[in-house]
Amino acid sequence: MDNLFSIFIMMALVNNFVLAKFLGLCPFFGVSKKLSSAVSMGLAVILVMLATSVVSWLLFYQLLVPFGITYMRTAIFILVIASLVQILEITIRRTNVNLYNALGIYLPLITTNCAVLGVTFINVDQAFNLAETVVSALGAGVGFTLVLAIMSGIRERLDLADVPKAFKGIPVAFLVAMILGIAFLAFGGMV
Amino acid sequence: MVHILKNLKKGIINENPVFILLLGLCPTLAVSTSIDNAFGMTAAVMFVLISANIIVSLIRGVTPDRVRIPVFIVIIAALVTIVDLTMKAFIPELSKSLGIFIPLIVVNCIILGRAEAFASKNTLADSVADAIGMGIGFGVAITIISFFRQLLGTGEITIFGTPVFSAPGLFDNPMSIFILPMGAFLVLGCLLATLRYTGVIKSG
Repeated sequence: MDNLFSIFIMMALVNNFVLAKFLGLCPFFGVSKKLSSAVSMGLAVILVMLATSVVSWLLFYQLLVPFGITYMRTAIFILVIASLVQILEITIRRTNVNLYNALGIYLPLITTNCAVLGVTFINVDQAFNLAETVVSALGAGVGFTLVLAIMSGIRERLDLADVPKAFKGIPVAFLVAMILGIAFLAFGGMV
Repeated sequence: MVHILKNLKKGIINENPVFILLLGLCPTLAVSTSIDNAFGMTAAVMFVLISANIIVSLIRGVTPDRVRIPVFIVIIAALVTIVDLTMKAFIPELSKSLGIFIPLIVVNCIILGRAEAFASKNTLADSVADAIGMGIGFGVAITIISFFRQLLGTGEITIFGTPVFSAPGLFDNPMSIFILPMGAFLVLGCLLATLRYTGVIKSG
């Protein structure tokens, strides 16, 4: 239990995907202009991360390892992600229209989100068992959502601030990310 | 010929994938801690980009439109696996320091983006020129970023073990924040602002 909790803190805060590992930067800068869309994107990412981590873990240990073809993992994992995203999109559209309207446009983007593929590689590289894999995927997703939400809150206020012309938009977002990163360094002492 | 040169130049300047299109940010920021890493990453991306564009351009007539994205992804994944295994076998040290970002080339938006937006609609020669241009553009961007990060963070520039340049004042007390992840955000943010201020990029 202790171990699971420390994996969660590790993935969500200490080794935050966006700020410390540089995974998922495209949505981090692309979808962080409004708080509501940032939270929707974050939820979609958590959902996809959990689903793909479990499926890719099962495939890796039940299929790739017994047949000695672990070098196929890159191709297999990306196919798992692409097909699961499709399935999730169809299921959500059929069962919950409101949720689909909120998450719909973000789901296809997630296929090429390196945070999702990254978490599946990390789970396998660290030799996590199934429970640890679920917790690490959850932690990664929560950490991603947290940073995305903080970032969008800051950017909503930055729109009203008097930023030097050359820094307007993306450059100042990078500087904000740097300051956030320094703040997140403080979590290093927790684990 | 003019056509090909135009496609080549486009990737390096007008549509630089990193500075202008802001694609492929994850590997650019993550591995730009040293120039060695920048060169290694550029070589890996170049290989995948050029080969993917060649294959996609060759099969553009026979790929059914509806399944083209999965087809592109499988082609790219196969190429990335080749690069990953080759680097692990011949340059294990570089492969280790690039780590997870080698297999993650699969989801690098530059490669899928060029396959979808360019190679699937253009001739072989144009696609190769486009890939080389984009590859060089990526390489130039990541090398500039890692130059600043390595210089400010360690006080000297060494390329594959050979010291090239050092800043004596910095050497004793280098600002290690530039080697840390935050340094990447700082350097790229300031670079983009400088490029806009000087008018190289139009502010959007």
